[in-house]
Amino acid sequence: MARAARSTGGVAPPSSTPLRRALSAGAVACLVLLVLALPVLLETRTYELARAAEYAIAILGLVVLVGFTGQISLGHGAFMAIGGYTSGVLMFHTGVAGALTIPLAGVVAGLIGFFFGFPALRLSGVYLALATFALAVAVPSILKRFEGLTGGSGGLVLDVLAPPGRLHVRPERWLYYLTVSIALVLFALTWLLLRGRAGRALRAIRDGEVAAVSFGVNVALYKALAFGLSAAYAGVAGSLLVIDSGFVNPDTFPIELSIRILVGAVVAGLTTLGAIPLGALFIEFLPIYSQQVSQQAPAVIYGAALILIMVLLPSGAAGLIRRLLSPVIGRL
Amino acid sequence: MPALLSVEDVTRRFGGILALDGVSFALEEGQIGGLIGPNGAGKTTAFNVITRLYPADSGRVLFDGENLLRSPAHKVVSHGIARTFQNVALFAHMTVLENVLVGAHARTGFRGEAKAQAEALETLAYLDLAELAHRAAGGLPFGTLKRIELARALVSRPRLLLLDEPAGGLNHEEVDELQGVIRRIRADHSLTVLLVEHHMNLVMSVSDRVHVLNFGRKIAEGTPAEVRANPEVIEAYLGSDDVAEPETTALALEVEGDDGAP
Ligand SMILES: Nc1ncnc2c1ncn2[C@@H]1O[C@H](COP(=O)(O)OP(=O)(O)O)[C@@H](O)[C@H]1O
Ligand SMILES: [Mg+2]
Repeated sequence: MARAARSTGGVAPPSSTPLRRALSAGAVACLVLLVLALPVLLETRTYELARAAEYAIAILGLVVLVGFTGQISLGHGAFMAIGGYTSGVLMFHTGVAGALTIPLAGVVAGLIGFFFGFPALRLSGVYLALATFALAVAVPSILKRFEGLTGGSGGLVLDVLAPPGRLHVRPERWLYYLTVSIALVLFALTWLLLRGRAGRALRAIRDGEVAAVSFGVNVALYKALAFGLSAAYAGVAGSLLVIDSGFVNPDTFPIELSIRILVGAVVAGLTTLGAIPLGALFIEFLPIYSQQVSQQAPAVIYGAALILIMVLLPSGAAGLIRRLLSPVIGRL
Repeated sequence: MPALLSVEDVTRRFGGILALDGVSFALEEGQIGGLIGPNGAGKTTAFNVITRLYPADSGRVLFDGENLLRSPAHKVVSHGIARTFQNVALFAHMTVLENVLVGAHARTGFRGEAKAQAEALETLAYLDLAELAHRAAGGLPFGTLKRIELARALVSRPRLLLLDEPAGGLNHEEVDELQGVIRRIRADHSLTVLLVEHHMNLVMSVSDRVHVLNFGRKIAEGTPAEVRANPEVIEAYLGSDDVAEPETTALALEVEGDDGAP
């Protein structure tokens, strides 16, 4: 699946002509403005949009892993759970503000992902898929066992998110801007990382491990680092999920969450960071609209829509965007 | 003069097959060494052992006095060894420039990006590939791909360049050109070259010394003229499917490349 979805097409767009650079900078600026204006434009949907931004962060992590190193994970919910519980436990036991726990949630999930990345090296394809799936199943129930810390099956009830100090912002707007700012920073960092030496090494591993090794790429280290980075993003997303829910329990991170993130990544197209928000909006809003279309069987609508997308857009939203833009870009 | 590369009594098995059976040969600094032998003789395996993609079962590989067999595969390039692949192993979804930049991976830190870019572009220009820099590597003609592999190898600034059938799949004109390119890069970069090649005209004309493998064993070594006249070498080529003509000149025939491991 990952393989079918990845494609640069026949012609790689030269990113270096000044006109193109100006245009893509302009496009990015417009998108950022749109993102910042969204809660005003779609007042009633602010909370869902914040959720979508959380998903976008998790999907970003998965795209780094699947799209750029060719590894697969069916269990990113596990790293979201680790990040989410890190925040939940800290907030509950120390009373620290949720927003302050986010970096630590990322670091903890990232370290665990990094160390999981080494044994994962020995697995590929379906085996890695199963191992990560098992992780997603196991982590919430392991966390449940440390009842004193995590509150067991009941979980922990946390303070509701409030804007800091005397800032007069509606809580869902504060949530939205917090999440979106974090997402934008992570997107920018990832973009910088992937266009340089490290990103090249990762893509080289994906396209041909033997040649990558022969030119000095430490494959084991890079794959584990990619796993760690990917898990760190999932941890941040999980932390935000807990902060906005105001509670955390094992059911916050069902296996369905891992699948949902993967669906978002595939819908986005796995190779282009720019299409990730579309994947995130898809997994946030499609279930809501499915519910509206059919009360009885929302899953059927959801499934049908997904199949339709895979058939019509085999390389995801990224492929669609490329196809729509290529006549324009080709002439520049 | 001490050898730059010396392969000493190296053995490598694949199940029941002895792909390398106590093979030894050496290469002096600045030499172009030919490594020839019929399909399946163990030439690519020798490259894979030298570059640490495959472990050797026994033996030593000394490069500039150091035992390479103690290095992990990803450190080999830092010793100053770069290679091309028999079946071309480029990164299909990356641009030509990015492919070549991976060649500079080991010797550039995280801050050397601008310098690496400049050097990669320079090398692309050196091999007449400049206008392809921003094209995706996948889908370019085979001869061009081989040239890009050469550029990627050169950008790593090797002392020793291992070329695995660089003429395989090239047309006559391209082979002539390649001959010039190999001489030129040796001179311009003061390189030592180990050349695996089925194209006998090419090996015999550019090599200073030729080493011959057959069924994993070294059967001969000498100047191109000596090797050409060696009865055992002729026999080896006659015994294989590679050559049909029962004459010494059979070695001058062009032989199709095979499809082996990397
Ligand atoms: N990875 C491998 N697994 C199993 N057998 C291999 C492998 N690589 C090479 N061999 C075998 O080792 C022998 C030498 O192969 P190779 O070095 O590719 O020959 P050459 O390059 O001289 O044509 C052949 O019999 C080949 O089938
Ligand atoms: Mg071979």
